[in-house]
Amino acid sequence: MADNYPARVTLVDVSLRDGSHAVRHQFTEKQVAQVAAALDAARVPVVEVSHGDGLGGSSLQYGFSRQPDLEWVRAAVEHAPSTKIAVLLLPGIGTRQELKQARDAGAQVARIATHCTEADIAEQHIELAREMGMTVCGFLMMAHMISPGELARQARIMEKAGAHVVYVVDSAGALLIEEARERVQALRDALDCEVGFHGHNNLGLGVANTLAAMEAGATWLDGSLCGLGAGAGNTQLEVLVAVLDRLGVETGVSVYGAMDAAEDVVKPLLPRPIVIDRDALVIGYAGVYSSFLLHARRAAERFGVEVRDILVELGRRRTVGGQEDQIIQVAYEIAQRAGVSPGA
Amino acid sequence: MSRWMFTLALDAPGAGGTTMSVGVGILGSGNIGTDLMFKIFRRPRLKLRMMAGIDPQSEGLARARSLGVPTSTRGIDAILEDPEIRVVFDATSAKAHLRHAPLLREAGKLAIDLTPASVGPPVVPVVNLDSYQRAENVSLATCGAQATVPMVHAISRVARVEYAEIVATIASKSAGPGTRQNIDEFTVATARALERVGGAARGKAIIVLNPAEPPILMTNTVYALVSDVDPAEVERSVQAMVERVQRYVPGYRLKVPPLVGEGPAGTGRVVTIMVEVEGAGDFLPRYAGNLDIMTSAAVQVAEDLAAGDRASVA
Repeated sequence: MADNYPARVTLVDVSLRDGSHAVRHQFTEKQVAQVAAALDAARVPVVEVSHGDGLGGSSLQYGFSRQPDLEWVRAAVEHAPSTKIAVLLLPGIGTRQELKQARDAGAQVARIATHCTEADIAEQHIELAREMGMTVCGFLMMAHMISPGELARQARIMEKAGAHVVYVVDSAGALLIEEARERVQALRDALDCEVGFHGHNNLGLGVANTLAAMEAGATWLDGSLCGLGAGAGNTQLEVLVAVLDRLGVETGVSVYGAMDAAEDVVKPLLPRPIVIDRDALVIGYAGVYSSFLLHARRAAERFGVEVRDILVELGRRRTVGGQEDQIIQVAYEIAQRAGVSPGA
Repeated sequence: MSRWMFTLALDAPGAGGTTMSVGVGILGSGNIGTDLMFKIFRRPRLKLRMMAGIDPQSEGLARARSLGVPTSTRGIDAILEDPEIRVVFDATSAKAHLRHAPLLREAGKLAIDLTPASVGPPVVPVVNLDSYQRAENVSLATCGAQATVPMVHAISRVARVEYAEIVATIASKSAGPGTRQNIDEFTVATARALERVGGAARGKAIIVLNPAEPPILMTNTVYALVSDVDPAEVERSVQAMVERVQRYVPGYRLKVPPLVGEGPAGTGRVVTIMVEVEGAGDFLPRYAGNLDIMTSAAVQVAEDLAAGDRASVA
């Protein structure tokens, strides 16, 4: 079996980016510094830091950040000297201007994300990141929504634009093991560059899908400490580190260091246990963007309707990442039909 | 006199009676140019004298010829040679319009620019056409701005808007290469229009593409942070504005009426509005409300100026 595995993989921690969703983008600079330092001590090679919806994500639509992205980036750069700091950018939300500023603040890795069918809106951003000497990851979100072949065609657009890595991103935590494997395999066959996998745990498959992706050729793997992330959280990084160690795959990350960073630094920050509760499970089951979870809970309360009804309807409407406003519209419409009057 | 004047319509040969019309031309023979053509046909005050492109194989030019519209493949040159063309719709590209703008100005023709070139100040006809009565170049604000600035303006005329944020969601199929390759320019220009035209102290714009089949209609969410507001007053102002936009964009619909809620701590109150834009289906498909609202606005500007009746939209 071991010959299926790459000799070495690059692990990316997303606790300070995807995890930002779980804390409604309210990390303090001090918390960012502590987590980044713990990840640096554990020798995690790449640490992503941004608003959950990327640079420029601070908004009424997605939630205002406690502090500007750049302050978080600077804090992470300062406290994680041997780690590369990554930033996320979603074209349509953030702009190249913000990417330049992040680069100036010390970010070395750019992750440029689009819905899985819209890779061409990222070409300019990928090109700029490349020109600025950054390592560039293309991020194809909601990858469960299209076939492996279509996904590979979109991945080619990102590779041509200059991406060093193209990711299969299971934003909804909806992929089953075989589906994750097929998508990574399709990209592996179509691309010369590296392939990555970003998982969510809404169906309890975060680590399993990540291993399947690795077997199919993914060499950049995302995770977060304690699973801190949108929905039921991400692939749990310290678990992945331990499993890869047992499998004999080189990550360069200290197993105990990752455990300690999770237990001692991130666990005390958790606003609530990161578990697969009913709403998170519905997200994976219905194939809805994971960061809709907290927004849907808030809308359910405001309009006096069921969270699950909102999420299932969002899935039926084939909403994509970034459409948090649809949560309000759906909740409003359900409430209108039910004759419930919205609260303030 | 190089400046285009509204009185030109009245100076037209044969002035008198109700058949006065102003000669217009379309630069660009793509989908936008073609949709403009069908909209112009329905406006008796506008006489379409030419569609000019550069591609002899253009389907748009062939369609125009089959409908009796003179065409040319010599682009701007052909338009410049016809003195009867007083108003020119530019549906080419930002780069091309930067070249066209000074030539049209010298020729004394009014440019109505549908590209993102931003040669003139941004215009959302229902809000600020009046401010540019003597403009030589009417630069239509982005489709996102056309759909949302009227709502921001409707709020800002009854409350101080500290911050306006809009999310425009459009069908992937309605986003051409121009939008896809210039998405940052779109969000930045839209944000500036929320400030300059909408009256918000600060603006932010987000665009989302959704590939669902059948294609979704353009949906726009407007959030406005206000210090204080009378919900009934906002509701009246918004409803009145929606009706005015509907005069030239019949498919402009309020999906969620103004909801007034508490903003994040310390930010005051938030007004949330959602509007949907269904296209008229003249040539562009109905789901492409984002394109229809541009061509509708352009034709409305031309007709209002030609009629000297600026009150009809403003």
